[in-house]
Amino acid sequence: MTNGWIDIKNTDMMLIMGGNPAENHPCGFKWAMEAKRNRNAKLISVDPRFTRTSATADLFVQIRAGTDIAFLGGLIRYAIENNRYAKEYLVNYTNAAFIVKEGFKLPEDGLYSGFNSGSGTYDKTTWNYQEGGDFSGKTDAPATPTHAAAAAASSAGAASGHAPEPAPGKPAGPAPPPVLPPNVAYDLTLQHPRCVFQLMKQQYSRYTPEAVERITGIPKEQYLKAIELFTSVRKDGDMKKVATIIYAVGWTQHTFGTQIIRTAAMIQLLLGNVGRAGGGVNALRGHSNIQGATDMAGLYDSLPGYLKAPVPDDVDLPTYLKRVTPTASKPTPWDSMNYYQNTPKFFVSLLKSMYGDAATKENGFAFEYLPKIDRDYSWTHIWEDMYNGKVKGMMAFGMNGVMIGPDTTKNINALKKADWLVVGEIYPDETSEFWRAPGISTDEQKKINTTVYRLPCAGFAEKDGSMTNSARWVTWKYAAVPPPGQARLDQDIIAQIFLRVRDLYKKDGGQFPDPILNLSWAYADAAHPPLTQVAMELNGRALAELTDPVTKQVIKAGQQLPGFAWLKDDGTTMCGNWIYSGMWTEAGSQIQRRGTEDPSGMGVFPNWAWSWPANRRVLYNRASCNPAGKPWDPDRKQIWWNEAAGKWVGNDVPDFKPDSNPKDHLGPFIMNPEGVGRLFAPIGVLADGPFPEHYEPIESPTKNLLHPDQSNNPLVKKFKSPYDKFGDPAEYSIVCTTYRLTEQYHYWTKNNPMNVQLIPEPFVEIPVELADEKGIRGTDMIHVISARGTYTAKAFVTRRLKPMMIDGKKVYQIGLPIHQGFRGIDEDEGRNARTPANLLTPAVTDPNAHTPESKGFLVKVEKA
Amino acid sequence: MSQASTEIIKISGHAGTVPGAGLNREFQVCKLVDTTTCIGCKACEVACLEWNGYTFSQTTFANSYQTMPETAWNYWNLIKFNEHERDDGSMMLLMRKDQCMHCEEPGCLEACPADGAIVQYANGIVDFQEAHCIGCGYCVTGCPFNIPKFSPEAHKVFKCTLCNDRVSVGLEPACIKACPTGCLHFGTKSDMKDLAESRAEQLRDVSGFADAGVYDPAGVGGTHVIYVLHDAKNPELYGGLPKDPHIPYSVWLWKKPLKWLGNLAMIGGIVGLALHYLRVGPKREEPIPPEDRGPS
Repeated sequence: MTNGWIDIKNTDMMLIMGGNPAENHPCGFKWAMEAKRNRNAKLISVDPRFTRTSATADLFVQIRAGTDIAFLGGLIRYAIENNRYAKEYLVNYTNAAFIVKEGFKLPEDGLYSGFNSGSGTYDKTTWNYQEGGDFSGKTDAPATPTHAAAAAASSAGAASGHAPEPAPGKPAGPAPPPVLPPNVAYDLTLQHPRCVFQLMKQQYSRYTPEAVERITGIPKEQYLKAIELFTSVRKDGDMKKVATIIYAVGWTQHTFGTQIIRTAAMIQLLLGNVGRAGGGVNALRGHSNIQGATDMAGLYDSLPGYLKAPVPDDVDLPTYLKRVTPTASKPTPWDSMNYYQNTPKFFVSLLKSMYGDAATKENGFAFEYLPKIDRDYSWTHIWEDMYNGKVKGMMAFGMNGVMIGPDTTKNINALKKADWLVVGEIYPDETSEFWRAPGISTDEQKKINTTVYRLPCAGFAEKDGSMTNSARWVTWKYAAVPPPGQARLDQDIIAQIFLRVRDLYKKDGGQFPDPILNLSWAYADAAHPPLTQVAMELNGRALAELTDPVTKQVIKAGQQLPGFAWLKDDGTTMCGNWIYSGMWTEAGSQIQRRGTEDPSGMGVFPNWAWSWPANRRVLYNRASCNPAGKPWDPDRKQIWWNEAAGKWVGNDVPDFKPDSNPKDHLGPFIMNPEGVGRLFAPIGVLADGPFPEHYEPIESPTKNLLHPDQSNNPLVKKFKSPYDKFGDPAEYSIVCTTYRLTEQYHYWTKNNPMNVQLIPEPFVEIPVELADEKGIRGTDMIHVISARGTYTAKAFVTRRLKPMMIDGKKVYQIGLPIHQGFRGIDEDEGRNARTPANLLTPAVTDPNAHTPESKGFLVKVEKA
Repeated sequence: MSQASTEIIKISGHAGTVPGAGLNREFQVCKLVDTTTCIGCKACEVACLEWNGYTFSQTTFANSYQTMPETAWNYWNLIKFNEHERDDGSMMLLMRKDQCMHCEEPGCLEACPADGAIVQYANGIVDFQEAHCIGCGYCVTGCPFNIPKFSPEAHKVFKCTLCNDRVSVGLEPACIKACPTGCLHFGTKSDMKDLAESRAEQLRDVSGFADAGVYDPAGVGGTHVIYVLHDAKNPELYGGLPKDPHIPYSVWLWKKPLKWLGNLAMIGGIVGLALHYLRVGPKREEPIPPEDRGPS
């Protein structure tokens, strides 16, 4: 979340799409209801199903799963055409005025410039800003000699849809990666045909209400009603009102999920809603600490604090730091803080926390100890590699691997081939008993040779530690009861494994033992690391005496750091996660604070727990003020410029250089090298295009109506295993989506009688019309069949899912909850073994975030 | 019975005086259920079970999110889910928390023949005293909301107590405490009525629900559980909420005219018996004829 849960109460307008907070985040949904009750805020729910969120909405719109970019792209078009955008915000706080390189091509045919059909990747040279100065009011292209040739070449390549071939006679060595120009060409009148604003306008000019209706299935009048309502907060450009966009995994679980979220970010920048109380782009996380997991490098290609993982080309520390440390790229008269210029400080402090005294200036702070990411190690690849015999074993903690990912059958068959499996759980789950899955005969079970170790772990109420919620609050929680019987804390199990592996390396040596032998493990009890000490390590401490050059404040060696501003790249500080620096200072644990004061009345609660970064509650809050430093809405004052004091003051921690005078025009988006928000995502940001484009899900009932020859995201790869099959819409014509219910929590609560009583059995929600066609009545057993498997459950015949007209063709959508499987109080001992929902879903993923496409795949339905 | 007996203002099947008769409590309590902000999460269902110590029972999927078709003797609080298609084709999912309405004029209490099995407190709570319940089930007939449920095991009838045990020590009912969206409120009847009316006004003026209103039916003298409805003209849409609930005619007939007729008949019987005695005298034993005596 850019904002936070409580902040939703400050909004005037909510677009909830790709999420169902009433069911999946009922406690947080309180704030949406407060906004409705106390501010007369409107709620728009856009979903393939009429959910319990839709029940509280002012307007519900049923959308075909996977067509969100079409919906949002049409909204951008409407806002521009009807003067419902924030002009001053747009010019000063986004890259709308930046001029893009000549040769950049929009995807009218489904492909951006630079696509290489051979490798299936993009050459992003043209996805860049033009170098130059102020072209305000000038229409001639700024061209500098150095870039003109490249631009022309790219343009030629783009015309054929291919990357330019290397000139004959020249070796095709790896080209140096393109970099952003320091001095960006710009046009503050936004008229230049290649300025970002004009390109964006052109890109979404194709997303007319008629086109959106054909793609999404939303009747034009209804669609116009929804986008009129949402953009009404910016009627005639008036800046007082604020709208928020709220989403969850209904947006992420697509082969273009990252781009859906980017479209939302673009809308919020266009309407000037980012940085403001009641605004922002707000991801609802589906577990209490999933934000924390992501912050701590939940993805294989990141390190704690979203630092980039090294790759094989990063031969040493300077090479790596040069690659990952951005330099400012902006119009010359403007200023950009480019906060990530501090990357070396964050990274060296991380290495010091990992390797302690073994990380020295001389050995590049043990950079070579870090593994280098040579290929895709994301979720679906783990199972593919296990299926192909490359991954021999798996340790599954805090998750039910067989149930959570796509293509359950493939994953179970992969586990059959594994040598060993370790599962740490509080209940016997489907992963630790994968060999008992429905359809595996007793004879076949005997042939499975995977050794399974099931370790009883501690439950959430039996362990202390911190949780980071959707609002980025890091909150300490205390253990309520000790773990029962032989159950152990996760960190104790991991510590034991580490200590024994280290002993083996000490005793027997081995290849490159240094990273293991030199790993810093300075806990009071090595076998039972207290999480308080881990939290202090994440915050970081001084390793030598430090003095602030301005304030002369001194931090002694060994003291906890007050925040990441103190981090150094010379080895004098250590910090396990730079964004968490400030959570456990010399003043004590900030994450255990429980102050309930809220001086502004806007739900900031600055003394409750601690919010990363630097206890800021709303990110980019400089953008809550106009360029002169005055709040857009005087009734919702977050921070503002105090001319007399010469600094930014207010109700939140300024997300900005505290003494930067508005006259200096320092960009409010300090984490971007541009200093402004990106409507156009240049090189190096996303793999699949600078603007989001509508692509169909891999399994779709229709060709892409914008460009039938390029239906899908061109960067999506399919695996080749016999289980990676895809359905033909002629046979599998129904769109299916999966979801969670409020009564159950993932795959856990089927072990709790109370939850089982509330939702006793799995079901499939199907439209009345489809049921009539197939002769199905409510509670009849039905099969839902995809190209990959058959799911069996009772039919829930409902009017909350209606047939849709997609380009003149009737299309049904159905949905099923993911909770039940073959273990639980109602399933055990083979009584009611259920089919897992994910045996229907395909193992195709988003090229940026590697999230599988669980929302919007094809099935057929039969009476059982 | 956790309130002082002096707070009791009505007692079922009771002919004598009532300890709290004439007591005018300063505050009458009320639960407000705003169906327009209910998200059907069922936290209230679970809180009710847990507070009252009821445990898991087997349920079956019945083409709905609803936990079971109706409240049960050991399941006092049930969200009723109702799909409703409006004239313009748009959908509504109406979710209403069903439980005892705590009527000002409780039909259950009227119908109950067992002395002290049902009482009404001065704060408006209608409470079953199971120790005195004879399991006749007349209260089931007396209720216009189908709330009291007979337990075949206990041979007694049970229903929501409005958490009388919590309320009497200054706590709000368990369902209110558990509600995450603030769709449930608890307070004095007048405060809740004001809150409900202002919300209904907001729904009419801002949200386009022209018929939004408050459900506090006069037919039972008003209730101590009131609803805000999107469509107050059609409460039946919300899982069978009666439009104009009254104590059933049969109960009224039985408890008023028939009761007097019955009393008259009984008195008539006694009078007849007395007259017969005066005129005929006591019944004498007929001597047994000697031939009927057994062999001696």
